Amino acid sequence: MKRVRQHKTPSWSDYLTARIAQCQHPRIASLLSQLPDPATPLAETPMVAMDFETTGLDANHNDIISIGLVPFSLDRIQPAAGNYWLLAPPSGLKRSSVTFHRITHSELEDAPDLALVLDDILNALTGRLVVVHYRQLERSFLHNAVRDRLGEQLLFPMLDTMSIEAHLHRQSWWARLRRWSGRPATSIRLHESRQRYHLPPYTGHHAYVDALATAELLQAQIRYHFSPELPCGELWR
Amino acid sequence: MSIELYEIEQHMARFEPFSRLPAPLLQAVANAVEISYFKAGEQILTRDQPLEHVCYIRSGAVELYQRDGTTLFNRLGEGDLFGYTDLARKRAVRYPVTAIEDSLIYYIDAATFEQVADECEEFAEFVDVSGRLKHVFEQQRQSSPLLSTKARQLVQMKPLLATASMSLSEAASMMQEQHVTCVLVTEPCDSTLPLAFLDDEDHPVMLVGIVTDRDMCTRVVAEAISPQASLREIMTSRRIITTQASDSAYEAMLKMLDERIQHLPILNGKRPIGVLQLADLLRFETSNNLFLINTILRQPSTEGLVRLSQDVRRDFVSMVEQQSGSDMISRALSLTGRAFVHRLCELAEEQFGPPPVPYAMMVLGSMAREEVTITSDQDNALIIADSYQESLHGDYFKQLAEFVTDHMAECGYAYCSGEIMASNAKWRQPLSVWRHYFSDWIATPTPEHLLESSIFFDLACAHGEESFVQELRELIAQQASSNPRFLAAMARNANNRTPPLGFFRTFVMEQDGAERRSINLKRRGTAPLSDVIRVHALACGSTQQSTLGRLDDIAHTQLVTAEMIKRLRYAFEYLSTLRINHQAAAISQGEAPDNSVEPDTFSRSERHHLREAFETLRDAQKFLGFRYPLKGNRERHS
Repeated sequence: MKRVRQHKTPSWSDYLTARIAQCQHPRIASLLSQLPDPATPLAETPMVAMDFETTGLDANHNDIISIGLVPFSLDRIQPAAGNYWLLAPPSGLKRSSVTFHRITHSELEDAPDLALVLDDILNALTGRLVVVHYRQLERSFLHNAVRDRLGEQLLFPMLDTMSIEAHLHRQSWWARLRRWSGRPATSIRLHESRQRYHLPPYTGHHAYVDALATAELLQAQIRYHFSPELPCGELWR
Repeated sequence: MSIELYEIEQHMARFEPFSRLPAPLLQAVANAVEISYFKAGEQILTRDQPLEHVCYIRSGAVELYQRDGTTLFNRLGEGDLFGYTDLARKRAVRYPVTAIEDSLIYYIDAATFEQVADECEEFAEFVDVSGRLKHVFEQQRQSSPLLSTKARQLVQMKPLLATASMSLSEAASMMQEQHVTCVLVTEPCDSTLPLAFLDDEDHPVMLVGIVTDRDMCTRVVAEAISPQASLREIMTSRRIITTQASDSAYEAMLKMLDERIQHLPILNGKRPIGVLQLADLLRFETSNNLFLINTILRQPSTEGLVRLSQDVRRDFVSMVEQQSGSDMISRALSLTGRAFVHRLCELAEEQFGPPPVPYAMMVLGSMAREEVTITSDQDNALIIADSYQESLHGDYFKQLAEFVTDHMAECGYAYCSGEIMASNAKWRQPLSVWRHYFSDWIATPTPEHLLESSIFFDLACAHGEESFVQELRELIAQQASSNPRFLAAMARNANNRTPPLGFFRTFVMEQDGAERRSINLKRRGTAPLSDVIRVHALACGSTQQSTLGRLDDIAHTQLVTAEMIKRLRYAFEYLSTLRINHQAAAISQGEAPDNSVEPDTFSRSERHHLREAFETLRDAQKFLGFRYPLKGNRERHS
């Protein structure tokens, strides 16, 4: 069983304790206080896979246009208990991103602002460890969306399937040797990562489908590389 | 808020039985799905574990084991379901299931599954054990992994093509470089030729031969051929045997065993896309009877063959348990029988010396039609080249024929009660005499005459000069189709054995020795069906030998309606399956397999299907008498 090396970043528990104490908004406070205990074994950790489609990559200038959530555990993924929202971007939809997501202006015309569904979203996340593929994107967009609408900070640990792949394929001595010899680095994108575990190809760039794909990928990663008894706090970032 | 279960729904809609569901029910199933990933080697269901779900394979492959946990029961792949028979039974796992590839499994809870089955009859028919018969054939095709695996899926490597003028040393180094054991030899040709395809440089070429590493060793080294000689000089020059990419892996394997070749080029249309190696395939699947056929063909002694014949029954039962299709099972049993004949001929030649003149050992009847069951006896005959001289060669062929028929009997293929065997001097004749026999039967067909000889109209070569058999087949195809009197006599013959149906669609049973009320499925079912279909096949000049193959040929003509073809096919497959299952069950219970079933022990729906099959036969026989009337005797027989 591989163990992921602990980062020497400030500990999440100190940060969270401080934040819960300062937090004004009850929904945010309950989300932070109900995060799974870091000592919970992966096999018993309730999780939720989350994926956003956005109008661009910069959380300060772009908006979320769709959110997909799929609750799961190491044992079972529950696709039908998942959620999918289309959201109206406050700054409008850029043409360039339309081709990417296949979400069109007319589809977003009736879509609500995130403020109207934020409660549902936070409910779906509460009590679960959030699993994403590339946490920098989801974390910063969620943080900004909550800050703009509730005036609160929202930062909490997430499990990142991409960072697990990066650790396996980019940071090992073998990966370094491969890079040194001039061969291209192994791709750690969602689709390519799934292929390594013989997971079937899905239509990408749909928030719900990508969330489902991420949940399946994490199940596969754990079956391959980690013990189900590993405390979830060892893997979150 | 809307949830997109499109990925799940679309996938399930491609596979039985979900493809039968209307959209709202399919959505209900998709909504119930829960997913889990299993790494290759992990156990998915353990024996006696309580089961509350049906499992669907979204990707990957699994193996089901029998109760003992070590005997393979079945292999399933993408789109297959497991657990539903256990669910219907008592909700505990009977067959442990293990992932053999990384697999994504969909779980559907029992309540949803049952509710959908309640609301959709077609779905229920597929999954309900008692209602499974109607779809038994489709289901068989699904559940046998060898049948559902296409030849193209087994292709590991691109084929190595080389032009016939390439030197052996150059070809050998190419083979070594690319780690392949054979090279496909091409020759430039006109692009309009039927076998022409474009090579990598877009030049029209055609496949003319194949050279294996073994050829390189035996021919080049042993015969001291110069390494500078061209491929053309050593390539196997006889007709190249190939298979299509869309053929099943099973079909490809049978072909290699039947033709006794180690390498089989796979074509996509006319273009080769890869080469299958027998050794690889046998590793892929050792639990079936292809392995047995291969062992028979390599057996060094008659004692070894007799020993191997014990395995035929065991393999037969396991094929039935794995729900291989009846046509596949009969085909495999037929090729097994032919493999025995072939190997015995070779062993006879070892013992009595090489044949003084060329000959062909042909098999007749069910073995030629590839419809052998476990109870079939032997029917064979010898065609000897016309240079045969009785005084010089008579003893040799008599010895050879007796050697083969006696040992066949020892291997479990009983002597033919009608003496239709090569050991009978009448059926051990030069080709010209055989031509005369057939011309005579066709030109002056008294029904009595044909009763004896109709078995000769199904013929295949098991050993020796295939061209002799081919010549007789072509003679039959040409002469029979243009001779209405002959067809009429054959038709009358085919109508001799009637289906066991009474006036009010009741079964007419026979009392056998043990006082069972039974029906003989062969005598009253499959045999007269084959007879009926043979007449149409002769009428349209078909050279196919199998009953289903003949139906394909007949379907291309106006002789019989498309609807009737469909019914005949169904009736034949149904009766064959029933017969095979009946025999396998008898063997499993330690009884002697036979052809007699007792309809009283059947379920309502089974009786219904049986009746339908027999009605098809009755209708087909009526039509036959009408289509090929016996002139002058009409009043007597109408």
